[in-house]
Amino acid sequence: MAGRMVVGSAALAGLVRPASAPDPAGGHRVLPVAPELTGLLPNRGLRRGSTIAVAIGQPRRSGGTSLVLALLAEASRAGSWCAVVGVPTFGAGAAAELGIALDRLALVPHPGPEWATVVAALIDGVDVVVTAVPAAVSASVANRLAARARQRGSVLVPYGRWDGADVTLQVVRGAWEGLGPGRGRLRRREVTVSARGRGAAARPREIKVWLPGDGFTRVIPRPASTTSVASTTGRSTAGRLRPVPPASASRRVALTLVGPA
Amino acid sequence: MRTLLLWCPDWPVLAAEIVDGVPATGPVAVLHANRVVACSERARAEGVRRGLRKREAQGRCPQLTVVEYDPGREARAFEPVVAAVEELVAGVEVVRPGACAVAARGPSRYLGGEEAAAERIVEHVALTCAVESQVGIADGVFAAGLAARSGRVVPPGGTPGFLADLPVEALGRPALADLLRRLGVRTLGDFAALPAGDVLARFGFDGALAHRLAAGRDHRPLAVRQPPADLAVTADHDEPLDRVDAAAFAARALAEQLHDRLAAHGLACTRLGIEAVTAHGQELHRVWRHDGLLTAAAIADRVRWQLDGWLSGSTGRAGARAARPTAGIIRLRLVPDGVIAQAGLQPGLWGEAGEERERAYRALSRVQGILGPEAVVTAVLGGGRSPADQVRLVPWGDERLPARPGGAAARPGEPPWPGRLPPPAPAVVLPDPLAATVHDAAGEPVVVSARLQLSAAPARLAVGTARPVEIVGWAGPWPVDERWWAPAEARRRARFQVCLADGAALLLAVEAGQWLVEAIYD
Repeated sequence: MAGRMVVGSAALAGLVRPASAPDPAGGHRVLPVAPELTGLLPNRGLRRGSTIAVAIGQPRRSGGTSLVLALLAEASRAGSWCAVVGVPTFGAGAAAELGIALDRLALVPHPGPEWATVVAALIDGVDVVVTAVPAAVSASVANRLAARARQRGSVLVPYGRWDGADVTLQVVRGAWEGLGPGRGRLRRREVTVSARGRGAAARPREIKVWLPGDGFTRVIPRPASTTSVASTTGRSTAGRLRPVPPASASRRVALTLVGPA
Repeated sequence: MRTLLLWCPDWPVLAAEIVDGVPATGPVAVLHANRVVACSERARAEGVRRGLRKREAQGRCPQLTVVEYDPGREARAFEPVVAAVEELVAGVEVVRPGACAVAARGPSRYLGGEEAAAERIVEHVALTCAVESQVGIADGVFAAGLAARSGRVVPPGGTPGFLADLPVEALGRPALADLLRRLGVRTLGDFAALPAGDVLARFGFDGALAHRLAAGRDHRPLAVRQPPADLAVTADHDEPLDRVDAAAFAARALAEQLHDRLAAHGLACTRLGIEAVTAHGQELHRVWRHDGLLTAAAIADRVRWQLDGWLSGSTGRAGARAARPTAGIIRLRLVPDGVIAQAGLQPGLWGEAGEERERAYRALSRVQGILGPEAVVTAVLGGGRSPADQVRLVPWGDERLPARPGGAAARPGEPPWPGRLPPPAPAVVLPDPLAATVHDAAGEPVVVSARLQLSAAPARLAVGTARPVEIVGWAGPWPVDERWWAPAEARRRARFQVCLADGAALLLAVEAGQWLVEAIYD
């Protein structure tokens, strides 16, 4: 009996909110993102109703998909529902490694010509809708979808060319570490992400993150002359040639802030 | 009570023929615990008998086909026979697979006499199920069963006389029959002549019951089986429905009707089949699953989405779904497929806990209505060595079970999958690997020998017909030799990770001399 009581109160702990906690009606207006990416987004998170586009990286295949997954990860972990439309090559293993809850993630790999209807239907019920943008999307359809997201309080994340987004993120550069000629293995990648947008996000920003990281929160030190902005991670800056730590170390955050370029 | 019993001789053998295709005309024996429980006519002619050991039976008939006893198979095969009898007679009791009993009074009056009824039933069963059967009519199930062996109709009141000449083994109680024989009681008539009180004192309750049966006093009423209730609801429309709003209105009324009918039976529905017939005779059918219970509103929503999808539907992916129907819908039918006993639904005490989930489910079901149930999937991670093997995509709403156990989140006791790639996992997994070519610095194709010897360091990679890109880093070969014991599924390949000059990183594999791009670390 006592055991059941304890279980019951533990289950309630997740539902009962202390009076001092922020009101969910206001506090949930912004879905969380990984701390390393907050600097890119005007509200330090995914504001409900906004459109946050991820453009295809300039050298293709240099981290765009990983960036999309990283944007979703924290919100998904916090209990949001996500949907990915039109990505038949979705790497569920990478998504799970970044911390996305796969049971709250729906995939629509082949929306076909009904793409706009499907995305609109998902905006009605899912918190974050990622969609690969088909080749020909008229501006009016794009505007309608963005307006719908604004009205329903969902976050639309188009992946591809999309005009009129609140923020457009783009991977500018990606460099892998850990692979040499005939030895080693892929361990982590330093990705430079640029953000430009409208309003509060009008000033272009650029940051460097480990994406995916090596599972070990650490800062890439910058040349000693400039001051470190990377101290948000709370680690001291050490020599650049630190050996890559063993992968068996506790994997907590797969994403690390490197500092502005 | 006059009882008509339909008996199919050698039913276990016939069931094996119907279900497993074992030819019952040849010598066949059905064995349970190494003893013959039934055999075919040919086998009996060769001297195979019930109760023989397998070795003995095969000794008497070397070409004997041996089938393992399976009560489930027998019951399954008998179901059509029962259904055929039910078409003629109401109230059928299945005594055991191969024998069913009905009250004889109704059919004999309706079909004009007991013999006529018996003939008619045997003929109907033979025509619909192609099964030979015999009918016996007597007072009580026990006597009717014995009468069916010889195909006799025992006249009313003649049952004690009919039973009197039969041996005590007919009781179907071998221990009791053995004892009675040793006591000098050889026929049922002798047994029935004993005083009932003495039989009860000497042989116990089961003996007393056998004594009543032997005397022809079998007054147990038939335990009639309940035919499954027809829960489907149908609506016919004189005006073909070709507008979504009209269809939605029809759907709501039909859904309420179905829900009321289910509730009246104390049932709830987890799987719903929606069938529609158009004015041109086109038939549309789709099944919806739901991992919770379908309420009236949920049923109505699903029917509306489905009709919406059908009526406004354009062709989806090539061949993925039928084109839009050529005429309006004139008949709508809802078939509850998965039905469970409704024990009441308990919503959360602090209600809003499942609100977001409910909202997401509605949106995803709506998309399923547009594109079909398999178009919305969710990924489940399991075991496997390549990134594509580890992921299984299950349609939304189905049970999330991995294709193979184990994997990254392996619990103790699950397979560890040695040889799987270390993290990080690739963000782009190609469902169909792309063909590629890899050349060394001298321009020669790079090959991997059977002993995993690389002919030269890879220097340039060309995917398909694209321009070659320089390889700046590579590692491998990492061999995988999977399922070599099953030739159809065996795969032997060597994998490489390569880093290209433009910053991309790929997972390559060489299989049978062909380079493939399996995944991209995007």
